[in-house]
Amino acid sequence: MNLTAVASIYRFEMARFFRTMAQSIVSPVLSTSLYFVVFGTAIGSRIESVEGHSYGAFIVPGLIMLSVMTQATSNASFGIYFPKFIGTIYELLSAPVNFLEITLGYVGAAATKALFIGVIILITAFFFVDISIAHPFWMLGFLVLTCISFSLLGFIIGIWAGNFEQLQLIPLLIITPLVFLGGSFYSITMLPPVWQTITMFNPVVYLISGFRWAFLDTADVPVGLSLLAIALFTGACLTAIWWIFRTGWRIRQ
Amino acid sequence: MSSIVSVRNLRKAYGTGFEALKSVNLEIEEGEILALLGPNGAGKTTLISTICGIIVPTSGTVTVGGHDIGTNFREARAMIGLVPQEINLEPFETVINSVRFSRGLFGKPRNDAFIDEILKQLSLFDKKNSKIMTLSGGMKRRVLIAKALSHEPRVLFLDEPTAGVDVELRKDMWKVVAELKAAGVTIILTTHYIEEAEAIADRVGVISKGEILLMQDKADLMTQMGKKQLVVDLQSIITDVPAALKSYGLEIGQDGKSLIYTYDTKGERTGITTLLNDLQKAGLQMTDMKTQQSSLEDIFVGLVKETA
Repeated sequence: MNLTAVASIYRFEMARFFRTMAQSIVSPVLSTSLYFVVFGTAIGSRIESVEGHSYGAFIVPGLIMLSVMTQATSNASFGIYFPKFIGTIYELLSAPVNFLEITLGYVGAAATKALFIGVIILITAFFFVDISIAHPFWMLGFLVLTCISFSLLGFIIGIWAGNFEQLQLIPLLIITPLVFLGGSFYSITMLPPVWQTITMFNPVVYLISGFRWAFLDTADVPVGLSLLAIALFTGACLTAIWWIFRTGWRIRQ
Repeated sequence: MSSIVSVRNLRKAYGTGFEALKSVNLEIEEGEILALLGPNGAGKTTLISTICGIIVPTSGTVTVGGHDIGTNFREARAMIGLVPQEINLEPFETVINSVRFSRGLFGKPRNDAFIDEILKQLSLFDKKNSKIMTLSGGMKRRVLIAKALSHEPRVLFLDEPTAGVDVELRKDMWKVVAELKAAGVTIILTTHYIEEAEAIADRVGVISKGEILLMQDKADLMTQMGKKQLVVDLQSIITDVPAALKSYGLEIGQDGKSLIYTYDTKGERTGITTLLNDLQKAGLQMTDMKTQQSSLEDIFVGLVKETA
């Protein structure tokens, strides 16, 4: 294991994040504040409660997940796409590193950035609503796992993408709808029965449900199922990445 | 001398049926400077990229320091430094961070003193904290070299290192190459500039259409294929070679005031002495004379033309 290489990639990627530190923080804080103003205060004041919790508190886990998933995906996809785009990928390909080390470096950095933003949003949320975290350990666990798994997904997208449009395509067309329809802003039980069934095919439902359980101690699906879903998703992404590096798909000629 | 890079029956074919490399065999000796010459699209970069692990070969084997590039890729690649043809650098990063990154990527522990040394050698030290995007093209190329040297490679591949580089920088680079050779680094460079191969290489290979047409010691090559010419300047213009001198196969120079005699330096007798005697006998007054040897360029152009 070339741990020095992993650390080098990680540091190099984190440097990119710190160079644009202000943007990295300001944008999620601003958008979260807007969500709280619009949904928590303006609309939320008309909603009595969701499953016994104030609407403002109810949407906190969903909001964090929304940002973390999109940030993890875009950070990781950009992280590996950019070297491909500017040509510096030659160095990775000719270095004594294997796929696991490259993935660890890039995905580790992307996941760290997403985690960082998730925590900032959580802190921002404290200024708007009363939040209690029922299971802090599990909360952190779900957060970290989501950061990692969506960074893995982003990494795959970054390798697949042939241009900047494609880089935006998957997050825009798939991830955003899945997250919005995954119960970020509502409980699954609020949907008509048919849609409740359809929603069960959305993997994001399990992640948000598990994360919300860690906060509010109420969940749409059993926690065990949430954990299984995130494990399966992570496993699928890892398998895809292993295959990509083994075959050199889109990387090695 | 033992070979440090060994390429056997290396072939690279693409899905389209295009064969970029056709069963290439090549032994690179430790400590030598090998220049690979060839026209555009000859397969020079494909060959280098395959040895470095960027391109997966269709068949054949490559070992570096005895390590197979497929099964022992870590050991093999750790020995190699690559300076690519294109200027591929992260524009927003500083020189020093970019070079440190390369060293770390190759698994070497951080060593700022060593990196400073490289930057000084490449006249980059003043720019170490500059962002790469602010550097000139020539400086960026030096950064690429610094990155390749940062992890102390034993074999250095320079893919057209002086393409689009001004004369001064080119000479600087030759100096760096000479210093590296003195330090025991094996250097393989591809180039379009024949004068570059002539100036710094120990051995010269010519590649065309995915095949190595020739691989020879530079000096041997030049003596073997090189012909020498003796140019004799005359006092007055002549229109015909005098009959007495016909057997020498002389040519008349463009201005009509010189005679050109082509001879083989390998021959036992060059025929110069008798020619000069015969010139005198023919009553030709000589004002000056010089000899010239055909350059590598003449040899190269001749070779590539032959196979075209």
